[in-house]
Amino acid sequence: MGAALSELRELAAEIEVHSFDVVVIGAGGAGLRAAIEATAMGASTAVVCKSLLGKAHTVMAEGGIAAAMGNVYAEDDWKVHFRDTMRGGKMMANWRMAQLHAQEAPERVWELEEWGAAFDRTGDGRISQRDFGGHRYARLAHVGDSTGLEMIRTLQHRLAQSDAQVFMEHTVISLLTDADRISGVLSYSRSDGRFVLLEAKAVVLATGGIGKAYRVTSASWEYTGDGHALALRAGAELADMEFVQFHPTGMVWPPSVRGILVTEGVRGDGGTLRNSDGRRFMFDYIPPYFAEETAQSEAEADAWYEDKRANRRPPDLLPRDEVARAINSEIKAGRGSPHGGVYLDIASRRSAEYIMKRLPSMYRQFKELADVDITTDAMEVGPTCHYIMGGVRVDPETGASSLAGLFAAGEVSNGLHGANRLGGNSLGDLLVFGRRAGAGAAAYASGAGQSGRISASEVSELCADALAPLTSEGGENPYQLQGELADLMQSNVGIVRRSDELAHAIERLEDLEERSYQAHAPGGRKFNPGWHAALELRSMIVVSRCIATCAVARTESRGGHTRDDYPSADQALGRINFLLRWAGPKTGPSTGGSLELTTAAVEEMPEELAQLFVQGQGS
Amino acid sequence: MRSADTGTQTVRLRIWRGDSQAGRFVEYSVPFNDGEVVLDVVHRVQATLAPDLAVRWNCKAGKCGSCSAEIDGRPRLMCMTRMSLFDRDSPLTIAPLKTFPAERDLVTDVGFNYAVAGRVPPLAPRQTEPGEHHRIWDADIERVQEFHRCIECFLCQDVCHVLRDHESNKNKFVGPRHLVRLAELEMHPIDTADRRATARHDLGISYCNITRCCTEVCPAGIAITDNAIIPMKERVADRFFDPLRLLAAKLRSRPDSGPAK
Ligand code: FES
Repeated sequence: MGAALSELRELAAEIEVHSFDVVVIGAGGAGLRAAIEATAMGASTAVVCKSLLGKAHTVMAEGGIAAAMGNVYAEDDWKVHFRDTMRGGKMMANWRMAQLHAQEAPERVWELEEWGAAFDRTGDGRISQRDFGGHRYARLAHVGDSTGLEMIRTLQHRLAQSDAQVFMEHTVISLLTDADRISGVLSYSRSDGRFVLLEAKAVVLATGGIGKAYRVTSASWEYTGDGHALALRAGAELADMEFVQFHPTGMVWPPSVRGILVTEGVRGDGGTLRNSDGRRFMFDYIPPYFAEETAQSEAEADAWYEDKRANRRPPDLLPRDEVARAINSEIKAGRGSPHGGVYLDIASRRSAEYIMKRLPSMYRQFKELADVDITTDAMEVGPTCHYIMGGVRVDPETGASSLAGLFAAGEVSNGLHGANRLGGNSLGDLLVFGRRAGAGAAAYASGAGQSGRISASEVSELCADALAPLTSEGGENPYQLQGELADLMQSNVGIVRRSDELAHAIERLEDLEERSYQAHAPGGRKFNPGWHAALELRSMIVVSRCIATCAVARTESRGGHTRDDYPSADQALGRINFLLRWAGPKTGPSTGGSLELTTAAVEEMPEELAQLFVQGQGS
Repeated sequence: MRSADTGTQTVRLRIWRGDSQAGRFVEYSVPFNDGEVVLDVVHRVQATLAPDLAVRWNCKAGKCGSCSAEIDGRPRLMCMTRMSLFDRDSPLTIAPLKTFPAERDLVTDVGFNYAVAGRVPPLAPRQTEPGEHHRIWDADIERVQEFHRCIECFLCQDVCHVLRDHESNKNKFVGPRHLVRLAELEMHPIDTADRRATARHDLGISYCNITRCCTEVCPAGIAITDNAIIPMKERVADRFFDPLRLLAAKLRSRPDSGPAK
């Protein structure tokens, strides 16, 4: 323990201090898998998470884990999965990440089974695999429609067997750096409001996404982009922040549940989208890019569920960006459902028994929250903000960011999904790259020597800054500011974007940022959600600015970024990633010019992989 | 409660406010709309009247088990409890789970549940040949999948008389949630461990007197008493009181026909 730290102890007696090799921030799939790996490699490890263990966003994942195990279609292998991932991401993904993911996902799934996960089975006793959008073969290992619950509980129990220390309901305020490397993490305990300083040789960010920056979202309160903001302000690089996925099927009615996810598994298991005329409108939206591999008639689409060799995939199962845009267009053209969605019908296509077995939580969700029986009636669904493809730019092998000692995995990282993520590739991402980042961090820590120095004065400053909302009399209500932000992003940086609206958003975000630092949260430090809302608002605004800034720069439409004023894809831009760095002050409101935008060329894949994309090959 | 001019309705809530030292019910009055759940109106109180009102939630769809509370005395998930359930003029009472120490407002210290989880020995999977993977039949996995539906809302723990009425029992009895965990491991088709001694001595399975309160409140619909606890009690009874039956059971079981116990 360095001299600076003992000094710090005297300086701020009420700060609790711990020391670890590796600190993992976030306890969803990626964070838990990273921590399991880091402890297995002998690193002293802490997990810091905002909620109780087992409640992270992964628990809400429904459909399954994409892994080319070939249990249902023996023809499936990592190359086919790799190709699907690259094409689904509009060729913007990091080829090496897509390759590693496709190669390693099956091992990670079998490993979960060894740890107790109870996957649904095929008739011959192997792990069953279900169809999903953009995947050529039935590929998703699943447990009914609550695969995320199975995954998080399995990992949680596995972690409990290690000696990793878990700091539940702790929120990270800042990453600490010494010169140009990570030295620790400053957090606070939500239950009693005291500050907790974790000295760390390496930090793994596994904080998930940003969904709360939008009004209609499938995200919980936790999705405020903390990891993105922490990494950026500590000096790491973010990439592809303009690519935000709107899941085509969220609930739309009643307003109380607007945005809650309806799994893609409904379509994978035979459900189909219809407009108010009863038309299966997805046949009208097949883009040339996917025409060759998509069914052109209802008969072919329906036959595909039984025989994938002789038939092509229904357009309902195009990648999510395509389906979300199509639904958006139908609604705008006045062919939507009464509550502003479209219909998703499985009732008329599958037996009640089948639906109950495959989609039990969807059944409950609609029955209990919307008074709709999905075995007899169609659901009303519409796009909902679901995922951000952009994030911390990482090394594919280790998850290392551009800042020494800082690693990232899962949704907060960037690279695997390109411009659009395929359903089912997220859970695989968490396992494959959670493990790699945990190993990367542990290896880095063991070679790092002494921990970096922590500046006592910096910590005091950060604490004072964090406490400000409690005393800033006259400031605005943080919940209202969060609502204002969500409305702003929803209507100006949403599913379809335009330069004037983006410019407006950027201007308003600067104003919101100023006001967010004045926000007032009455009450004390103990479990005060208002205080918490004021702090996370800061992350949300930084991340929103990142999204808007990159969205302005990308003057084309591609994947999770659609521009009304640039409706087609631009070949040249398709070979460029937009990168962001922070050039503003480390704490407090930034200035207008604090985001530095640069570009990097999308990395070329080696020839043997490029061969997979030659026309007609394996399509 | 419906006001004719706006079409919105108003609800009066009595929400417990306080911490480990002291607390009391505070009354709030907020509007609500058709289709809303209790968590919606609690959030409205928080956003407009009491910004520091502490409440846990995550998924808002009954999947994470964070939002447990006692609503009009009954343990429920706030996110899955529709306001339309309560059609009357007296205020709706929302209190934290009683079985666990108050932390702040609707948030309780559920650390007990995490602390005792480690008492259940983990899965001990049987070996497979190198390069091979387990073959497991639907019927065998379905039995444990029921238990895997548990979202750890701890409503079963809250309502369990053994834990609720006698604080000292928490040293001896882990509660229904962890007996479900025991059952899921014991019945897991690839598991090889024997946890019966643990069940008796460390988990305190005999403290359960089968009142079925836990089953009634389970939002995941797990038949906790009938499918998990009673079969486990029977196994433990077999192990300790009937060595002959145990021997017979051992002889009957084959490696590939589910748990060899
Ligand atoms: S918020 Fe997840 S169960 Fe209620």
